[in-house]
Amino acid sequence: MFTGFMANAWQAATIVAIVAGVVGFFVVLRGSAFAAHAIPNGAFAGAAGANLLAVNPLIGLGVFSLGAALGIGAMSRRGRPDAVTALTLVMMLALGAAFLSQSTQYEPEIFSLLFGEILGVSSSQILPVAVLGVVCIVAVAVLYRRLLLTSIAPEIAAARGLRPQRIETAFLVVVACATTMTVPVVGALLIFTLMIGPPAAARCFTNRTERAMLGSVVIALLTVWMAIACSYETNWPVGFYVSVFSATWYGVGRVFVAWRKTHGVHLE
Amino acid sequence: MHILFEPGFFTCGPVRVALVIGAVTALTSAVVGVFTVVRSQSFAGHALTDVATTGGSGAFFLGISPLLGFIGGGVIGAGAMDLIGVQRIRSRDMATGIVLGSATGLAALFLYLDTTTSATTGATQQILFGSIFTIEPATIPLVVILSALTLAVIGLIYRPLLLSSFSAELTRARGINLRGVGLLFMITMAVSVGLSSIAVGSILSTALLIGPAAASVRLTNSLRAAMILASVLGVVATWLGILFAYDSFYWIPSGQALPVSFFIVSLVFVFYLISGLDVVRRNLGWLKAERLTTGSTPQSALALASKVEL
Repeated sequence: MFTGFMANAWQAATIVAIVAGVVGFFVVLRGSAFAAHAIPNGAFAGAAGANLLAVNPLIGLGVFSLGAALGIGAMSRRGRPDAVTALTLVMMLALGAAFLSQSTQYEPEIFSLLFGEILGVSSSQILPVAVLGVVCIVAVAVLYRRLLLTSIAPEIAAARGLRPQRIETAFLVVVACATTMTVPVVGALLIFTLMIGPPAAARCFTNRTERAMLGSVVIALLTVWMAIACSYETNWPVGFYVSVFSATWYGVGRVFVAWRKTHGVHLE
Repeated sequence: MHILFEPGFFTCGPVRVALVIGAVTALTSAVVGVFTVVRSQSFAGHALTDVATTGGSGAFFLGISPLLGFIGGGVIGAGAMDLIGVQRIRSRDMATGIVLGSATGLAALFLYLDTTTSATTGATQQILFGSIFTIEPATIPLVVILSALTLAVIGLIYRPLLLSSFSAELTRARGINLRGVGLLFMITMAVSVGLSSIAVGSILSTALLIGPAAASVRLTNSLRAAMILASVLGVVATWLGILFAYDSFYWIPSGQALPVSFFIVSLVFVFYLISGLDVVRRNLGWLKAERLTTGSTPQSALALASKVEL
């Protein structure tokens, strides 16, 4: 279970979980869940396009996820962010459908782009994933204070001359970067689950920012590790287990919140 | 005539079915979509297509009617979102995300079981992308009836829904159950979205729900006008898209036609971009004037609220 191709799966999943835990914390805090769903899904269209042009799928993924992030950021200035996100998403998916109609790819290829193939990660894929992961973490560290301020206290942020739109676009670019690295490994649908469930659960247990972020990473790690082990034993898709465990953590978190309220226990 | 309409466009059976179903879906989606957009529930509107798709793949696996799966999946998803807290603005985004994440995980399982147990290769693509050209004529009456039902419910809850979309305080002051109205709308949206996902695929479902409505809402302050405009835009995009897709078979040398969803979504996207242009907004100013001049009734408060919002 820990040798050969499985060793790659454990390494890749661990990197992905750490990045998803950190980036996801801000996704939940800032209410950017829709963009975090739209960017990986749109990126899938980029991979389909790259397939058609016979270039490296990572390039297609990168171009499309970056394009989605910048597009959503730019159009949100003049329209409702959620409607703009929806339209960007469907436009990219439609492009993906057009690409697929022109290529002769066999269907399981589509399936693996959407749902990922973590058990089929090759050792050559680990390095790019690790590099992009470090880039994401560094970017979050650099933006940390600004991200926090614009999400928790927009008035103070404005008083200090921060432009929320710019910060949001910069954050979406970080999401795009995380997407590019994770889609080939865990798939477009799964990365979204990891960015929402663990951070949302972690926020039920603490009010302190650093602790919630750490909790989010820990829960994300536990989720993927348990998912891989279960998937290895049963052969069912990893994505299924990741979503089940994420939802379970969140459920536990909500039960804890309810218990805390009835017993009047205050959080630190 | 042949420059625009390639031979056989009007005599082809599937095209006729697509024109009818497409128009019905576009119309219902536009009306529900205007409320979806002004209530800022686009994410839920899109997520419900994926949740409905999960229901569809579950039904496929269990061997029950896919339509039942799509609509059942959507309604359960809407209920779950409400339970987690979709009615509060702050947790709405997260509640939708949690339900969506769980649904996609389940979809992964169902699709895996579908493809490994029955080896129906077309299943994944059919469920994910759907096609307006492969609708069975027998489903037309069902789609029409359910669409009419959806519109009837919207008509029935129109006033409270309108009020609650713009002012929670005003709604509560009138003794209207805010959460009840919200849940009823979510369920209506789920039925509409489930219906359109099975009829035209989940990509088009979101495009027709959000695109025409978001474009119209930028051009007018009156909800009624927005609904009419959105319906027109939706139907035009759908019909033109079907025409282009049919013709594209003759454009591309390989004879590999482009998917109809690509054309319809592109048209919807272009409509949205055009609606944001200053020239268009200035010249369509007469659409805006209407409701803002009424007296000091709750409507004027609404109009004001909508002016700020839109």
